[in-house]
Amino acid sequence: MDCSHVFDFKVSRLIVVFTLFLAFFFVTPLLYAQEDTLKTTEAAHAEPEAEKKFNLGKFALHHVADSHSWHVFGDYTIGLPVILYTPAGLVTFNASDFHGDDDAKVVVERAGQRFVSVHDKIYYASAQANEHGAYAEHDAAGKVKNARPLDFSITKNVCTLLLSVVLLLAVFLKVANGYKVRKGKSPRGIQSWFEPLIMFVRDDIAIPNLGHKYERFMPYLLTVFFFIWFNNMLGLIPFLPGGANLTGNISITVVLATITFLLVNFNGNKYYWKHIFTPDVPWWLYIVLVPVEIIGIFTKPIALAIRLFANITAGHILVLALIGLIFVFNSVFVSFVSVPFALFIYGIELLVAFIQAFIFTILSALFIGMAVEDHH
Amino acid sequence: MITGSIAAIGAGLAAIGAGMGIGKIGSSAMEGIARQPEAASKIQTAMLIAAAFVEAVALFAVVVALV
Repeated sequence: MDCSHVFDFKVSRLIVVFTLFLAFFFVTPLLYAQEDTLKTTEAAHAEPEAEKKFNLGKFALHHVADSHSWHVFGDYTIGLPVILYTPAGLVTFNASDFHGDDDAKVVVERAGQRFVSVHDKIYYASAQANEHGAYAEHDAAGKVKNARPLDFSITKNVCTLLLSVVLLLAVFLKVANGYKVRKGKSPRGIQSWFEPLIMFVRDDIAIPNLGHKYERFMPYLLTVFFFIWFNNMLGLIPFLPGGANLTGNISITVVLATITFLLVNFNGNKYYWKHIFTPDVPWWLYIVLVPVEIIGIFTKPIALAIRLFANITAGHILVLALIGLIFVFNSVFVSFVSVPFALFIYGIELLVAFIQAFIFTILSALFIGMAVEDHH
Repeated sequence: MITGSIAAIGAGLAAIGAGMGIGKIGSSAMEGIARQPEAASKIQTAMLIAAAFVEAVALFAVVVALV
């Protein structure tokens, strides 16, 4: 089945696709935009003007976390669809129904059930408000005690995931089509930009680690390399198309590492399994070695997942912490130091975005290579 | 008055360890490249992989400190 003609567009058509994609999320928020600003100004006036201490840790963690709304600028945020699975069936509404509330003060009632939002998580609302006017109960450690519905929402990360899928499909179907149409001829347009990168993955990552069996694993290695790289770069864009920290989300990296784990173990040949269960050592060493090797099967992908997650998250937190210093010292002069530093870290992050994609891919290739290697 | 948690000290110690490790990797790689400039690309790849392993340990510490 060849559907590639559907995606056989020029750059102008690419822009149309993006616009439609974004328009999907812009439609509802426009209705709420005005109401939103009204609410927030009200809230700002209602709160006492007591100097609240700026909490750098909370600020940084809030910005690297997933969210039900997409912040654009100032008071303007796009509410994303919330999809909840409750005993009464699926419940859907827009996150802007909370009017930017994040302390369980606004209750959304749908299908006879009441929901509140606390720190970008949706809970069932309590029957009565507590002394702070919040419809949520907290325990001694500050955790919310209310029950949570199953949350299948299209969050910021899910949006970015879909966006990156559209982006990757658009770019690579065009590149692939270029090879089909101009077979054996020199590349043109965006194709010439991606050819060296594809060659790099093949010649520097796949062939040295996988040998003559490299062709079977090229699709996976190319996909994972460009998926991680594109998403790292999208995460570095501070405003709308980017702004979500997708590769800094542990669930995404765990899924990627799990795919590598499955590939390694389903492609492992008898030498791979022999090496784990009956290595060439005296039999009494098996007591130590076999458990270690079995643990090793699992620690490799876990390390892969945590490495990517921690690298990207640490980079984002670093930039946010440097910017946050301005608010910690509450002085504009700090920005003369912290902004150039943040810019410098951003430059490093561009490099790290590539290196982490490269490391993930090369280690996947290395692990697969160790599993499929012939005996020598 | 000192506030904060002991986890920060742990994260700092891990950063020292990782810094020394990556420094050693970088210096050795540079020596290697100076001796054999034609092997530079191979040395660089191996260096990055080794650095990633060292870095991962430091980042585990950061994650533990955050949690």
